[in-house]
Amino acid sequence: MRNRSLLILTTAVTAGALTLTACGSRDDKGGAENGDNGNVTVTIGLDAPLTGELSALGLGIKNSADLAVKTANKKNYVKGVTFKLESLDDQAQPSSGQQNATKFVADKTVLGVVGPLNSGVAESMQKVFDDAKLVQVSPANTNPSLSQGPNWASGDKKRGYKSYFRTATTDAIQGPFAAQYVFKDAKKTKAFIIDDKKTYGAGLAGTFKGEFEKLGGKVVGTQHINPDTKDFSAVATQVKSSGAEVVYYGGEYPAAGPLAKQIKAAGAKVTVVGGDAIFSPEYVKLASPASAEGDIATSVGAPIEELASAKEFLANYKAENYKEAYEAYGGYSYDSTWAIIEAVKKAVEGNGGKLPERAKVVEAMQGVSFEGVTGSVAFDEFGDTTNKQLTVYQVRGGAYKPVKSGTFGG
Amino acid sequence: MNELPQQLVNGLLLGSMYGLVAVGYTMVYGIVQLINFAHGEIFMTGGFGALTVWLILPGGTTMWIALPLMLIGAILVATTIAVGAERLAYRPLRGGPRLAPLITAIGLSLALQQAVWSLYPEAKSARTFPQIPGGPIELGPVTIQTGDVFLLIAAPICMAFLAFFVMRTRVGRGMQATAQDPDTAKLMGVNTDRIIVIAFALGAAFAAVGAVAYGLKYGVVDYKMGFLLGLKAFTAAVLGGIGNIYGAMIGGLVLGIAETMATAYIAHIPGMQQLGGQSWADVWAFVLLIVVLLARPQGLLGERVADRA
Repeated sequence: MRNRSLLILTTAVTAGALTLTACGSRDDKGGAENGDNGNVTVTIGLDAPLTGELSALGLGIKNSADLAVKTANKKNYVKGVTFKLESLDDQAQPSSGQQNATKFVADKTVLGVVGPLNSGVAESMQKVFDDAKLVQVSPANTNPSLSQGPNWASGDKKRGYKSYFRTATTDAIQGPFAAQYVFKDAKKTKAFIIDDKKTYGAGLAGTFKGEFEKLGGKVVGTQHINPDTKDFSAVATQVKSSGAEVVYYGGEYPAAGPLAKQIKAAGAKVTVVGGDAIFSPEYVKLASPASAEGDIATSVGAPIEELASAKEFLANYKAENYKEAYEAYGGYSYDSTWAIIEAVKKAVEGNGGKLPERAKVVEAMQGVSFEGVTGSVAFDEFGDTTNKQLTVYQVRGGAYKPVKSGTFGG
Repeated sequence: MNELPQQLVNGLLLGSMYGLVAVGYTMVYGIVQLINFAHGEIFMTGGFGALTVWLILPGGTTMWIALPLMLIGAILVATTIAVGAERLAYRPLRGGPRLAPLITAIGLSLALQQAVWSLYPEAKSARTFPQIPGGPIELGPVTIQTGDVFLLIAAPICMAFLAFFVMRTRVGRGMQATAQDPDTAKLMGVNTDRIIVIAFALGAAFAAVGAVAYGLKYGVVDYKMGFLLGLKAFTAAVLGGIGNIYGAMIGGLVLGIAETMATAYIAHIPGMQQLGGQSWADVWAFVLLIVVLLARPQGLLGERVADRA
């Protein structure tokens, strides 16, 4: 008897919860088509990890996008259009990302989406956006297959989704760029390669390995780790006995920090090298500043603190008093958001001043070209940025300092 | 093969931590037949308890003074939460269907995780944990980190204490009696409610010691740290024979060493490169669990007992 009443209660509660969530999602309908001053409201969606381990990067993306929206509204950049930013949290989970994508598609006022941070999350969103012909610009995805298809490495490049664009350089360039720096500039020839088996990490480690071996370097060991654990002692012991001079890690800082710390504590004399996802002060914190000293990260673009084009962005970001730093992708997020604003502007102008349908914004995006925070912003036939600049950073005195900028030349 | 001694030590350390946490699962299960899925989170709150003590202490306190205080803080926080959970969440359900406390435990686990995530300052990402200063200790082919020394000393002491407590003290014998037959124990004058509270508190204290060891070993604590570790510790308890405290220790050590060996050596077996490496270590650990349970369904040291339900 008690069991039955419990069952009924559970059913009732579940049904109630479902009804409530259903009501909640219905609020997203395009109610705000017309603002009060005759302006039309266009929503720009934003998807990034706003909570969880990668939230430092995610919040930087959100703030920078917010700044772009505010700037466009202040300048009244697109006549008759007021932009609004709607941010959703994906917690770096592909499943959450896909739910968010569905939400954006359902909201008729959304004409473009900025994000996500993770390549793995992007994979789960691409088809949803492409089916709805909703343009997506990522400030941070670096996995080449997202734009060039799964067989890009063998030269068979094919664009899978016409609605996908990105302002970040791909790992097809980033991995080899790091390999050249390690082999030619740092003069290290023995590498141990570790990745976390995610879309981003495994892809990056693969491109590093290819170029490093081509240059004549020797790969003395490989390992795949589970980024959810913190115990890397077995891996650290292997690195030590392999005699490696560098450890290349394809993955993100929450695992990279403890991994680097344990490798060095085990007594291995190595430099840890990684991609843009370990280019964060959090990496130095997690690895502890003493053991992170000398470690290297490559990141997309040039350090925006040194770019003339970024002066205005830096000043405005400071003036807005955002609680969190813009982090590695701030400039790219601003440019991604601005690219959507430019595309909307072009589409509106081509439509006699009225709001166009989503497909027109995708078309307009292909031809967008402007001077952004990170330099000139434009997209090639795959939706990748035409700006191929990268920078090597090294931890010196407890913080990443730029040591070399350049473009990768094959 | 010269890295074998080091890998064994790595596995032993990891296994000791599993064992410390597994004791809590096994004791509670042995006495009330409840799988306390919130135990991993009690471990996590112990870590944050120790961190809080460190943050309250004036900067520059040496670890010799700070560590005992942090240990006390961790144990206080973890036992308070465990005893509170027993009193408020589990005891009212004790006579109810067995699924009710299980679901409660899962709910409690989520609630504790989210509470720390949202209420503890800056706990939304990992927080750094103080470290024992000093370089690693070299013992022949083996290197031991200063952070691991604590675990190496604390784990055996805890285990010896527990064995003594259960075997030799009055309360310990009461625990054994309650585990065998709660109704008869009650008739013989054992205060079973008190025994159950003590089992929860003791399990939480062990988890708290494990949490301090975790912080010292990996240098960070975060709100999610109890989830995976709790799952592994539960696996260790089942592997060793759930309900048996020695089984929990042995199960923890076997699991830790198995994971480490799988990480280090599976990839060297010809044709197994794809199935090696740390990302596959969990798979091999669970393969081991299945094999052991096929051969000995009661676990390594478990005794076959008639289901009491």
